[in-house]
Amino acid sequence: MPDVIACRNLRKYFADVKAVDGLDLSVASGECFGLLGPNGAGKTTTIEILEGLTKPDSGDVEILGLDWRSHDRELRERIGISLQETQLTEKLTVFETVRLFRSFYRDGYDPEELLRDLSLDEKRNARVGKLSGGQRQRLGVACALVGNPDVLFLDEPTTGLDPQSRLQLWDIVQRFRVKGGTVLLTTHYMEEAQRLCDRVAIVDHGHLIALGTPAELIAKLEARNVIEFTSEPPLSQSVVTAIDACAGASAHKGGWLLRVHSLAEAVPQLIAAVEQEGAKLVSLSTHEASLEDLFVSLTGRELRDA
Amino acid sequence: MPEKTRIRPAIVELAITRAKEFVRESEALFWVFGFPLILALALGFAFREKPPDRVPVAVVAGPNAAQRLAALQKSPVLLPSIMSEQDARDALRRGKVSLLIEGADTVVFRFDATRPDAQSARREADDALQTAAGRRDVVVTREERVHEQGARYIDFLIPGLLGMNLMGTGMWSMGFTIANARMKKLLKRLVATPMRKTDFLLAQFLSRLIWLLIEVTVLVVFGWLVFGVRVNGSILLLAILCIIGGFSFSGIGLLTASRARTIEAVSGLMNLIMMPMWLCSGVFFSYERFPDSVKPIIRLLPLTLLNDALRAVINDAAGLTQIAPKLALLAAWGLITFMIGLKVFRWQ
Ligand SMILES: Nc1ncnc2c1ncn2[C@@H]1O[C@H](COP(=O)(O)OP(=O)(O)O)[C@@H](O)[C@H]1O
Ligand SMILES: [Mg+2]
Repeated sequence: MPDVIACRNLRKYFADVKAVDGLDLSVASGECFGLLGPNGAGKTTTIEILEGLTKPDSGDVEILGLDWRSHDRELRERIGISLQETQLTEKLTVFETVRLFRSFYRDGYDPEELLRDLSLDEKRNARVGKLSGGQRQRLGVACALVGNPDVLFLDEPTTGLDPQSRLQLWDIVQRFRVKGGTVLLTTHYMEEAQRLCDRVAIVDHGHLIALGTPAELIAKLEARNVIEFTSEPPLSQSVVTAIDACAGASAHKGGWLLRVHSLAEAVPQLIAAVEQEGAKLVSLSTHEASLEDLFVSLTGRELRDA
Repeated sequence: MPEKTRIRPAIVELAITRAKEFVRESEALFWVFGFPLILALALGFAFREKPPDRVPVAVVAGPNAAQRLAALQKSPVLLPSIMSEQDARDALRRGKVSLLIEGADTVVFRFDATRPDAQSARREADDALQTAAGRRDVVVTREERVHEQGARYIDFLIPGLLGMNLMGTGMWSMGFTIANARMKKLLKRLVATPMRKTDFLLAQFLSRLIWLLIEVTVLVVFGWLVFGVRVNGSILLLAILCIIGGFSFSGIGLLTASRARTIEAVSGLMNLIMMPMWLCSGVFFSYERFPDSVKPIIRLLPLTLLNDALRAVINDAAGLTQIAPKLALLAAWGLITFMIGLKVFRWQ
């Protein structure tokens, strides 16, 4: 089965910014693939090159086995796109907007039916300008889906949404996949990537820094849990890395993040180390290792505020 | 099972949604309909026919003053009054009177020769005094004033306002919509669909067409009801002329907005393009007063072509053959700018 989305050695520079710097990706049919990275990592530039909206400086792109340069119109019929920042016409109603987008495609969904599917039918006659953030985002996805695409591209579909709206959007993506659709989405929420994506590519400064299923990526940490602690005075790096159970440590908010296999082993060792240094614990909490922790361990920075 | 929504062709959907969007935009409605009507009303009344104002003149107090006052009062255009010498000179200096009449036996006219009304007041006063003293006219003369329908200022003004409005709304609706859609990334979203780019741009013009016809009707009917300005030529020809004019300015608007990234940039460019035409193309006054060397250029400006053709049809009942060259040039403006605009258009 050939890849639905494939790119090789993609490069795009803006003046002195290397937005995308030699990226290879391939997404199989029916897969949900996530591009995960902090702001400015090059996610939008990458996805817009794949969508045929931005020309790369170099590199090859194939979507559904076709090239943008020779099959623009056919590809446009077969993909659906939601851009990171589109303001649809505020003075039109939800229904008018979807019907307008439907008219661009040879075939696709009935607008009424689609609005029902996306729970937007209550807002059918509401002006776009009066919608909540979540409803607006769903309308954006409705416009992406109305042409019944084979591939869906979503650029930060849930950024800034409340948890309930986020769940609704995830549900829409899942249902698209049940029908056999392929999805490429970008996000800077590791939780979203973990929950929604079959495979994730972590990008930073236009480079691929890790690729795999969420489980594979977390396994790379060689740690199941993370301890987050601060002490007074703070412990030095040598003291922290000397703890037996510690698989890795990163400085974090004046304290440390310790990646550990077993909390049962690591916590007593940590407390002993603190006492031995004559320091006092100020705070301590633990969580299960996530993609966020992988990003921290790979870059020393955090995903959210990097 | 509810019926499926009928899907119309993209160009129709685009035109309909654009027209709806426009109706829901109350400020735009004002600029298209309210503003030209208010302007026509204000200017129409400011320049309505009325007897010419009388020119105030001062007679300096003295032995002959009362006699001179009586003579001057017979003139229909003078408004004489007797003043002390000091007051009269002050009044002349401040421009309250245009002419000062003094002197004992010899009548002395004192006035500023650069003021046009002073010159005519002097002639009038001279005539009045000479006649009162017994002069007889050798040739009999008679006056005939021009205020036939079709030759008043308002008859000149209404076609000019029509042209100006077609230019303004044509350029703004195109320029504003495009710049706004580009800024909000809506253009980018649209080109991410299989939509044909020409459909989008032609739809902008089609939706304009509906409004253009209403806009023209409102102004023409208003001019007729309020000021009695009649369309002497063919209504159909007027409609065709307005459509071609509207198309022409939509093309120019498209070109103007084809690359600008912000509303401000588009506004600036629009004003830069429209300003010379407001001034030179004979909206409020005839361009015949401009030097002969620039007139050929002025005549080729799209608004001049439109205004001249509108006046020819509305005032002079011109037929198609008479305005055909202007129509062709106007259409060429639209076609060429539309094509260049499409070529250089920035979708993102
Ligand atoms: N049109 C552009 N002109 C100049 N720089 C740009 C442009 N688009 C993106 N960049 C830069 O490229 C980098 C990657 O941006 P982007 O792809 O938007 O990242 P992300 O979507 O991951 O936040 C950023 O440093 C950004 O400032
Ligand atoms: Mg982005």
